[in-house]
Amino acid sequence: MSKYFSAEIVDNDYVNKHIKLLTLRPLSEVIAPEAGQFYMLQAGNTYDPLLKRPFSIFRYDLNSLQFLYRVIGKGTSCLAAYTNGDRISVIGPLGNGYPAPEGDFIVIAGGIGIASLWPILEKFRGSCYLFYGARNRDELVMSDEAEKLSKHVFFSTDDGSAGQRGFITTLFKDFLDTSQAAYRSLPVYACGPVAMIKNLSVMISGKLLRCYASLEENMACGLGACLGCVVKTTSGHRRVCKEGPVFNLGQILR
Amino acid sequence: MNLSVSIGQLKLKNPVMTASGTFGYGEEYAEFMDLNALGAIVVKGLSLTPREGNPVPRIVETPAGMLNAIGLQNIGVRAFVEEKLPFLRRFDIPVIVNFFGDSVREYVLVAEALSNVEGISGLEMNISCPNKDAGWCIFGTDPGTMEHVISAVRRATPLPLIVKLSPNVTDIALMARIAESSGADAVSLINTLTGMVIDVKKQRPVLANITGGLSGPAIRPVAVRMVWEVYRAVKIPIIGMGGVMTDSDALQFLIAGATAVAVGTAHFVNPTAAVEIIDGIGRFLKEEGFSDIYDIIGSLSV
Repeated sequence: MSKYFSAEIVDNDYVNKHIKLLTLRPLSEVIAPEAGQFYMLQAGNTYDPLLKRPFSIFRYDLNSLQFLYRVIGKGTSCLAAYTNGDRISVIGPLGNGYPAPEGDFIVIAGGIGIASLWPILEKFRGSCYLFYGARNRDELVMSDEAEKLSKHVFFSTDDGSAGQRGFITTLFKDFLDTSQAAYRSLPVYACGPVAMIKNLSVMISGKLLRCYASLEENMACGLGACLGCVVKTTSGHRRVCKEGPVFNLGQILR
Repeated sequence: MNLSVSIGQLKLKNPVMTASGTFGYGEEYAEFMDLNALGAIVVKGLSLTPREGNPVPRIVETPAGMLNAIGLQNIGVRAFVEEKLPFLRRFDIPVIVNFFGDSVREYVLVAEALSNVEGISGLEMNISCPNKDAGWCIFGTDPGTMEHVISAVRRATPLPLIVKLSPNVTDIALMARIAESSGADAVSLINTLTGMVIDVKKQRPVLANITGGLSGPAIRPVAVRMVWEVYRAVKIPIIGMGGVMTDSDALQFLIAGATAVAVGTAHFVNPTAAVEIIDGIGRFLKEEGFSDIYDIIGSLSV
């Protein structure tokens, strides 16, 4: 079973205005991914864009890999242009995912960051306190399904069109400040925009919270060779693609 | 069918190697290909002591290429020998170690340190880095500095010495002749071309380092041209590189005069690129009725 394989596109439809769900059928036997791992996907059929693009696994079953992605730049536009029956080359699963929670846990998702966290929501259904924020109601994709998978949900949007208006980290902070100590010791799983991770980073510093965050950085190879995607940690530069993308947030220096 | 070539004292079973800085220390790619299939492996550049490299963003994609400003992050000679070399010794191919320094003294110390270690077949000297004793000007773009540092390294090591030329010069043939006369056993070219990308909204460079090295298919025509110019200027073998993605790309370098080619950025996109290129070169030779790789090396007719 090689981590480098061809796959056929069997579905690539919009779930809202900007976000698409891509379903791939690998043409050979592949390795099952763990929650939080990612794949490098070919984007386009030319040398421009040249590099593959990293995407966290959203859903996996024996014969298909699903990715939820926001069409935002050149690479994702090329990905969005693929139609059913097209074949692309894929590398994965790559990197280190989220450690499995024991008992209840907290998930903090910002926007399309929900994609990376979905596998733990599904696998450990009914154990999650979900904090999920996005720009507006339309961008809060899969929120109904997320609600069913979670023990309790807290939604926020930038414009107040769903859930509370404001940042999801604000909601989380209120929760920490007002809830019993038992909740404050639950492990936290997070993925979202840089600003969200930064807020979270400040929030947990000096506290005992265990927070596992999936990070993003420009990536060329995804395999640990190019050293393009490093983050500064308490033990020096670490590769997002190899030692991450999931890191213990307390060890990340920004 | 003979695919084997010689680079000085180095014997390669085929003319395809990896480009330094794109293949880690080999481990990252071992699950994708049989490393024994390669002509040689060239590992990530080493300095005397570990380096943390540049802040991010370190890479940015460009049309048919990418800029990188990794900043020569590496684990240093000692950790390489203790932690990475034992893995590489398990393979039956030449291991070429790329190295650099920020002073002539550091170059010499690294070359010496690598010369008495079992499992290293040759050295590739990166001269595209700044010289702290000369206002941080680039070793490989100044003829006098270049001659000085290569001669010093030549005296420091009995290993086959490949000098990796910077393309950021006016006359690449002149630089190749200096490398040859200073004692290099071979030259490799091209290193990346210095470039930059600007974020127009922020009016800031995209890379934290401001500039970076351009690689990928975008630079291939420049690289092929430079190999051809150097082939006519020196007698030592040439290792050609710069945007080799396919066997046809590799053949352009060989026909222009390179004895071997290195595959770099292609491995970021296709982690089995080198073995596909090796197979493709063999197929081409057979189809075109050649029996020896040397039949096409430098076969360009103009």
